[in-house]
Amino acid sequence: MELRAKVPSGPIQEKWDKHRFEMKLVNPANKRKYEIIIVGTGLAGASAAATLGELGYRVKVFTYHDSARRAHSIAAQGGINAAKNYQNDGDSVYRLFYDTVKGGDFRAREANVYRLAQISLNIIDQCVAQGVPFAREYGGLLANRSFGGAQVSRTFYARGQTGQQLLLGAYQALARQVAEGTVTLYPRTEMLDVIVIDGQARGIVVRDLVTGTISAHMAQAVALGTGGYSNAFFLSTNAKACNATAIWRAYRRGAGFANPCFTQIHPTCIPQAGDYQSKLTLMSESLRNDGRIWVPVRAGDTRQANAIPEGERDYYLERIYPSFGNLTPRDVASRRAKEMVDKDQGVGPARNGVYLDFRDAIQRLGRQTIAERYGNLFDMYLQITGENPYDVPMRIYPAPHYTMGGLWVDYNLMSTLPGLFVIGEANFSDHGANRLGASALMQGLADGYFILPSTIGDYLAQTKFAAVPEDHAVGRGAVAEAEARTRRLLGINGSRTVDAFHRELGTLLWEFCGMERTADGLHHALREIPRIREAFWADVRVPGDGQDLNQELEKAGRVADFLEFAEVMCLDALQRDESCGGHFREEHQTPDGEARRDDEQFAHAAVWEYTGDDHPPKRHVEPLTFEYVHLAQRSYK
Amino acid sequence: MRRVAAFYQSTVGKKVAMALTGFILVGFVIGHMLGNLKAFQGAEKFNHYAEGLRELGAPFFGHEQFLWLFRIALIVSVGVHVLAATQLTLRAWRARPAKYHMAPHLELSYASRTMRWGGVIIATYVVYHLMHFTFGNAHPDFIPGDAYHNLVVGFQSPWVVAVYLVAVAMLTLHLYHGIWSALQTLGASHPTYNRWRRGVAAALALAVMAGFAAVPLSVFAGIIR
Amino acid sequence: MNLTLHVWRQSGAAAAGRFERYEARDVSEHMSFLEMLDVVNEGLIEAGKEPIAFEHDCREGICGSCGMVINGRPHGPVPRVTACQLHMRTFKDGDQIWIEPWRARGFPVLKDLVVDRSAFDRVIQAGGYVSVRTGAAPDANAVPIPKRDAERAMDAAACIGCGACVAACPNGSAMLFTAAKVAHLGALPQGQPERYSRVRHMLAQHDDEGFGSCTNHGNCEAACPKGISIDWIAQLNRDAIRAALGKATEYAGVGGGGA
Ligand SMILES: Cc1cc2nc3c(=O)[nH]c(=O)nc-3n(C[C@H](O)[C@H](O)[C@H](O)COP(=O)(O)OP(=O)(O)OC[C@H]3O[C@@H](n4cnc5c(N)ncnc54)[C@H](O)[C@@H]3O)c2cc1C
Ligand code: HEM
Ligand code: HEM
Ligand code: SF4
Ligand code: F3S
Ligand code: FES
Repeated sequence: MELRAKVPSGPIQEKWDKHRFEMKLVNPANKRKYEIIIVGTGLAGASAAATLGELGYRVKVFTYHDSARRAHSIAAQGGINAAKNYQNDGDSVYRLFYDTVKGGDFRAREANVYRLAQISLNIIDQCVAQGVPFAREYGGLLANRSFGGAQVSRTFYARGQTGQQLLLGAYQALARQVAEGTVTLYPRTEMLDVIVIDGQARGIVVRDLVTGTISAHMAQAVALGTGGYSNAFFLSTNAKACNATAIWRAYRRGAGFANPCFTQIHPTCIPQAGDYQSKLTLMSESLRNDGRIWVPVRAGDTRQANAIPEGERDYYLERIYPSFGNLTPRDVASRRAKEMVDKDQGVGPARNGVYLDFRDAIQRLGRQTIAERYGNLFDMYLQITGENPYDVPMRIYPAPHYTMGGLWVDYNLMSTLPGLFVIGEANFSDHGANRLGASALMQGLADGYFILPSTIGDYLAQTKFAAVPEDHAVGRGAVAEAEARTRRLLGINGSRTVDAFHRELGTLLWEFCGMERTADGLHHALREIPRIREAFWADVRVPGDGQDLNQELEKAGRVADFLEFAEVMCLDALQRDESCGGHFREEHQTPDGEARRDDEQFAHAAVWEYTGDDHPPKRHVEPLTFEYVHLAQRSYK
Repeated sequence: MRRVAAFYQSTVGKKVAMALTGFILVGFVIGHMLGNLKAFQGAEKFNHYAEGLRELGAPFFGHEQFLWLFRIALIVSVGVHVLAATQLTLRAWRARPAKYHMAPHLELSYASRTMRWGGVIIATYVVYHLMHFTFGNAHPDFIPGDAYHNLVVGFQSPWVVAVYLVAVAMLTLHLYHGIWSALQTLGASHPTYNRWRRGVAAALALAVMAGFAAVPLSVFAGIIR
Repeated sequence: MNLTLHVWRQSGAAAAGRFERYEARDVSEHMSFLEMLDVVNEGLIEAGKEPIAFEHDCREGICGSCGMVINGRPHGPVPRVTACQLHMRTFKDGDQIWIEPWRARGFPVLKDLVVDRSAFDRVIQAGGYVSVRTGAAPDANAVPIPKRDAERAMDAAACIGCGACVAACPNGSAMLFTAAKVAHLGALPQGQPERYSRVRHMLAQHDDEGFGSCTNHGNCEAACPKGISIDWIAQLNRDAIRAALGKATEYAGVGGGGA
C-alpha cells in the first residue's frame, strides 16, 4: 500500500488555489452521466450531497437514521471556529492554522490544516446565507466566544445548539436538492460493505432496515461521511447508533486506516451513575470559562461539597497550570481528573468525578448572568442528576468524545482505495493527535461544501470507468456475503445480549486503551479482545429474524465490527511508542507528567492495511514534515 | 378569485373562511342581543324595533327588502361556516384514527373541545328558534308582527326557557374559544398584545351570555310581562 | 422501585397492535426512561422474547429520534423534556405506566413504538429552505441582522422534528412543526425572497400528507419538548393569507420592458 499524499507544491498559502486551478473539470453536460454515492447525512455527508447535487451530478445518499436531520452532528453544542477576526483580536488564517497544528501535537498534515483554516471563512458565509441563526450582538453583527482555551474569540455559535443549526442548514440544502431531483435519499438504510471492481470503489451493499432486504447500489465514486468510532468504548458522548461499520468494512476492502489510537477524551461530562448507564452526557466545555475545578485535599473525604472548607479544597488545575488554569486543553484536563480520582480524591456517590464549581462565579457575576450564559446546560444537568448546579457544584469526569483517527486520505480526501473518498470525522482528520474545541464542525463542512465537490470532479474527469450493471457479479457476491453474515448472527441464538458484549469490550478499552496507556495494558487488551470476540460469535443472542425492523440485529453487526476494530486500535496504541495529544503512554511523560513526543521516530501518521483475517494488519507510515510550524514541546504552564 | 378558491382548498383557507364567517355571525349575535334588550322598554318600543328591522334601508329599500339581503348574508355565512367546519372535522377524524389509552387534555379547554358539537347544538337551536319566534309554528299563540307578545307568551314555559339558556351557554363557550381562535387563524398575533386576546374573547362571550339570558329569565320571573 | 408497564406491541405496519404488560423490577431513580426500557429489553431478550422497538439516538434531547406517549403525554409527564431526558425519579414505586407510539395518520406505525415520520422531511422538501448555492454567499456580516430577529429565528429553529406536536394534536395536525420552520426562515432577511411561496408550498404538502387542520387547541405547544409557541402558527396563517392575496404569485410583467 503506497501513501501518496498528493500535496501540491508551492507556498502553503497558495497550494489550494493552485490545486483548484490545476484540477480537471467535468464538462457540465456530462455531470448527469456520473452517479455518486454518499454515505452519511451529518455535516460532512449532507453538505457534500447537497453541493454535488447542485453541481448536477446524480447523487444517492444513505443514512441509517429515519431522517437526514438526525445525524450525530446535531448534538454539537459549543460552536464552530472560523478565522474571520471579526473581533479584531489578532486572529488570522495563519493563526488558526498554527493553533490547530500545535493543538494537534504535530501529528497533522500542514497543507490540509492550512486549507481548513482558509475555508473556515467561507463556511460561516455559507451558513449565514442558508439562514443559520448564529448568535448576534446588538449591532446586528455576528457574536463570538473564545472556546477550548483559545486566546482569540473565533468561535461562532447558536445558543447551545450550534451543531443542530448547522446540520439543519445542510439538511435543508439537501432537501432542496431532493426536491429538484438531483439527490435521492435512502433513509433507514445501513451500509454494510463497499463494492470494489477492478481496484475501484464502484458501489456499496446496503440493508433496508425496515424490510431487511440487502441490495447493491452502484456508482462511479463513493464518499463516506459516517462519523467517528468513540462508541467502541460503549460509554461515550456519542449518539447510541454511532459506529465504525462503514469505515471498518472499507478498511477490509483495502482502504488504509490511520491512527486508530488517536481518540479524544472530553474532560467535562457527567460521571457514570450506574451500570445500567447507556451513554454519557457532555457538558459544554464553555463551562470551564467560569467554573472552577477542584477535589478535596484529603483522599477518601466523603463530606458534602459545601461542607468542605476553602482550605481543604485542591483547585488542582489552577495550582499546576497557573497561566491556563481551568482552561488547559482537553487531554491535559482529562488526565489530571483521572489522576485525582485514582488517588481516591474523587467525589460523588461513586467517587468517580471532580467538582466544577460555580460558587465564585455566581458571587462575582450574579446568578442572573450565569443563568444567561449556561441556563440550558444547568437545566440539563439538573434534569439528569437531580442536583442543582446553582447550589451544589457540578460533578464531571472525562469521557470518550471524538476520534481523530479514521480512514487515511490524501490531499483530495481520497482513501488508498481509488474512488473511495472519506469526509468529516470518518477520515483521519486534520486534528492530528488532539482536536481543538469547535473545529470538528468546521472540518466536516469544509470537506463537504468546499473540498470534496471539487476534488471528486477531478477524479471523475481523469478516470476511465467500465460500465457496471446494478447486478454485477462482484456486487452480488458482496450482497451474498452480507446476507450470510446476517444469517449467522441470527443463527447463534446464544445466551448473552449484544449490549453485554459491547459493555465488556468498552470497559476493557476504557481501562487499557483510554486516557492512559501502557505496553503491558495494551498487551493484555490484545489478548482479551479476541477472547471476547470468539465468545460473541459463540454465545450472542439476536432475537427475531432479518425480515423486518430488528434493532438488535443492527447493533449486533456494529458490535461485531467494533470487536475486530478494537484490536487494530490497541495495536496502533502499542506501536506508537510515544505520547502525543490524546494518546498518552505512561512510559513517555515529562517529569511534570506532560505527554512527551518522540519526533525522531513518530512524526508520522501510522496507516494500517488489512491483510486477511488470519494475518496481523500491516503498518505503513506517512512521514509528516513541518515547514511552517516548528516542532516544539506543548506547554500550558 | 382563482387564488382565493385555491386557498380555500387548503386547511388554513377553510379555517380563514370559518373565522371570517364566524365574525359576521358574532356581529349578528351581538346586534341581536342588544336588540333583544329593548324588550325591557316595553311592548311598542320593542315591536317598533322589530318593525324597524323590516323597514331598514328605507326609503331606498322597500318593506323587508334590506332585511332579506341581511338574512341572505347570514344564511350564506352560516352555510360556509358549517360547511368548512364539517369538512375540517371529517378531515381531523381521518387524521387521528386511533385514540390513546389515556389522554389528559394538556392544554385542551372545555370550550375548544366542544366547538364541534357545540356548533351543532347552536345550529339545531337556531332552527327551533326560527320556528318559535319567526315563523311561529313552534309557538303556542303566535301573533305575526307582535314580537313582544310572542316573546312574553313564548317564555312562560320553563322548558322553553331552559332550552334557550342551554343554547346560550353553548354559544358562550363557542364564542369564548371561537373569537380567540379566529384571531389566531387570521394571524392577528403580536407578542405585546397576545396577552389580551383571551381576555377580549372572554369579555365578549360573557356579555353575549348575560344579554341573551336576561330576556327569557326576566319574562319567566315576570319582570317583563 | 417496581413498575408495571403496559407497552403497545405491533409487529409491523399492517399488523394489529395490542398492549402487553411487563413488570420492571428494582428500577433506579437515576435511570433515564429509555435506560429503564433498555433493562426491560435485556430481560426480554434473555427470556428469548423480542425486545420492545423504540427509536432513540442522541439521548440528549436534541436529535428528535425518541418519542413515545407515556401515560397519555407525548414524551411523558415532565414539560419541555424529551423521553430520553425523562428520568425515573419522576415516577414512584408501584406506578402503572402506559406507553404508546405517536398516533396519527401522517405517522404510520412501523413497529411497536417506532413510527414513520418521513412526512416531515417531505414538508421541508416542499420549501423549508433558502435557495442559495454553495459558494454564492456574501460575507457573513454584509447584512446585519437585529439581535431581536436572530433570537426569534432561533426560538423557532429550536424544533427537533420529533413529532410530539402531531401526537398531541386532537386533529393530528402538524401545523406547529410547519409553522416553526416557516417562522424561522421568515424572521431572517435571507428568508424573505421565498417567504410567501414557501408557506404556500409547505402548507400544500402538509395537507397532502394527511395531517389534520389546526383548530388552535394548543396541545402541541404543551407537548413540545422545546416549547415551540403556537404564536408561530398565527404567523404562518398570516403569511398564508398574504400569499393567497397575491404575494406568492409570479410577476407577470406589465408590458413594455423591451425586447
Ligand atoms: C456531544 C458532542 C458535542 C460536540 N460538540 C462539538 C462542538 O461544539 N464543536 C465541534 O466542532 N465539534 C463538536 N463535536 C464533534 C462533532 O459534532 C462531530 O465530530 C461531527 O459532527 C461529525 O460529523 P460527521 O458528518 O463527520 O459525522 P456524523 O454527524 O456522526 O454523521 C454520521 C452520518 O453517517 C451515517 N452513517 C454512519 N454509518 C453508516 C452506515 N453504516 N450506513 C449508513 N449510514 C451511516 C449516520 O446515519 C449519520 O447520518 C461534538 C461531538 C459530540 C459527541
Ligand atoms: C351564532 C352562530 C355562530 C357563531 C357566532 C360562530 C362563531 C365562530 C367563530 C368566531 C369561530 C372561530 C373560527 C376560527 O377558529 O378561525 C368558530 C369556529 C367554529 N365554529 Fe362557529 N359559530 C357559530 C355557529 C356555528 C355552527 C352552527 C357551527 C356548526 C355546526 C359551528 C362550528 C364551528 C366549529 C367546529 C368551529 C371550530 C373550528 C375552528 O376553530 O377553526 N359554529 N365559530
Ligand atoms: C336567548 C334569547 C333570544 C331571544 C329572546 C331571541 C328573540 C328573537 C326574536 C323575538 C326574534 C324574532 C324577530 C322578528 O322576527 O322580528 C328572533 C329572531 C332571530 N333570532 Fe333570536 N333570540 C334569542 C337568541 C338567539 C340566538 C342565540 C341566536 C343565534 C345563535 C338567534 C338567532 C336568531 C335569528 C337567526 C333570527 C331571525 C332573524 C331574522 O328574522 O332574520 N337568536 N330572535
Ligand atoms: S414543534 Fe416541538 S413537538 Fe413539534 S416536532 Fe418540533 S420540537 Fe417536536
Ligand atoms: S394542538 Fe393541534 S389544533 Fe393546532 S394548536 Fe396545536 S396544532
Ligand atoms: S434520543 Fe435524541 S432526542 Fe431523544
